Amino acid sequence: MKSDTGKETTPQSTGLFSRLLYLAASLLIGVLLWQAATMVFGLPAFILPGPGQVWRRFIQSLAEGQLQQHTLTTLFEVLAGLLIGGLAATSLGYLLAKSAPLEKLLSPYLVASQSLPVVAIAPLLVIWFGPGIFSKILICSLTVFFPILINTVVGLREVPNDLRDLMRTLKASSTQTLWKLEVPAALPIYMGGLRVGATLSVIGAVVGELVGSDRGLGFLINIGRGQYDTALVFVAIFTLVFLAVTLYGLVLLIERQFLSWQSWRQDVR
Amino acid sequence: MNSCPEAALSVHNLDVIFRDASGVVHALHDLTFSLPPNGFLSLIGPSGCGKSTLLRVLAGLVPPTAGEVCYNTDQPKIGMVFQKANLMPWRRVLENISLPLELKGLPKKTILDRVHEVIRQVGLEGFERAYPRDLSGGMAQRVAIGRSLIQDPDILLLDEPFGALDALTRERMGDELQHIWHAHKKTVVLVTHSIPEAVYLSDQVLALSSRPGSIVLDMPVDLPRPRTSEIRYSDSFSKLTHKLRDTLQEDNTMIT
Repeated sequence: MKSDTGKETTPQSTGLFSRLLYLAASLLIGVLLWQAATMVFGLPAFILPGPGQVWRRFIQSLAEGQLQQHTLTTLFEVLAGLLIGGLAATSLGYLLAKSAPLEKLLSPYLVASQSLPVVAIAPLLVIWFGPGIFSKILICSLTVFFPILINTVVGLREVPNDLRDLMRTLKASSTQTLWKLEVPAALPIYMGGLRVGATLSVIGAVVGELVGSDRGLGFLINIGRGQYDTALVFVAIFTLVFLAVTLYGLVLLIERQFLSWQSWRQDVR
Repeated sequence: MNSCPEAALSVHNLDVIFRDASGVVHALHDLTFSLPPNGFLSLIGPSGCGKSTLLRVLAGLVPPTAGEVCYNTDQPKIGMVFQKANLMPWRRVLENISLPLELKGLPKKTILDRVHEVIRQVGLEGFERAYPRDLSGGMAQRVAIGRSLIQDPDILLLDEPFGALDALTRERMGDELQHIWHAHKKTVVLVTHSIPEAVYLSDQVLALSSRPGSIVLDMPVDLPRPRTSEIRYSDSFSKLTHKLRDTLQEDNTMIT
């Protein structure tokens, strides 16, 4: 019989500190290798700019306000796509999990849509809906749709039957069953879908912008490429990585907040 | 569920037949029995004889194919305890126990007072804020029993609640169950695999045959109460367990 219910906070906080230390070391090594590569191979700046050049380009585009503006555009597309695609996927996922006939009816389309890479239809969407923000939001929504849909369905299917029986013997209404059983039980798997969706949404936005746009980080990459301003391309790429990692971390943070009861999962990570 | 005044629970000519993709399963056949208010009934029989199905019919989870089940109230409050503790892992002990009252929409203060009362009854003081993952099997099952008691049920349905516990914990939980039953006067139906447990706890034991489950013995247990471990060594106790074992063996099935 286990009697101690206290959480071991000390090992975890030292774990966080050493993890940050490793992260810093790993970044430093990366930058040093990069610097060494530019020096050893003597590549021109339009092929491989050094870290110093990229840093200066970063400061410059910040000062011009260009970077912020394009980052905000991309961020807006990513979040709007996540919201719209997420809402649509969650509601449809709920209906599919509740109705087997509906799932059988729709599954050919769902499978087909999944085997079709969004990248392939992005040009089509840009042709149809123009180079503005709307087509990008649409591409993002489509990209995040499937993983969130699947995780909603799987999450709801995983709700233990014994707990459903319990709710029935307690004469719970269907609304009560939804909020007190289905939502919390499906949440761990659902949040996994949201995490994947968040990073996919960034990819969707950039693909859309690369195909055709007048704003956003993907557009910035195109500009840099066209002008042989490779440092600018690097700046845009690093900003994108930062964006994706931040979003992922944000979802992870929300997840831990809501799922603190699940500390066994943190051990796995 | 219809109401019938004379007994807490009565079952008439109950048949349950399942039809699924693999064919037809005749789970229960022509069951008739009744249980007086505050009676303690055990169901025993070979694996797959439909004991759990019968319990699920009593709980209203499975509709009878034929026959009827009736209680002495119109909307019986049912407390069910499953084989596994069946707790919600995202809720603390406190919140798992309070669930039935939350679903009724009672005020928070009322719920909390009642929860603490139940936590005392099932001996979980100090574990109110623990999550199910931190509990041992026996403690988790206590939470489940607490959850079934909190709404002051008309009938308590226990589906092999101690099946997963070790022998000693199992006997102790049996004693605690007897204690709770004494203190609160509930009508109880217990599904068990254990012949001594059935005799030790019950007023009445129903032995079921293998599928389709039908009653092969409806045996009253008139041992004096309250019962303590000593009674397990008495002649009357072993007479009853022998009779039960013989009946079940005559049915040519193995008891696990």
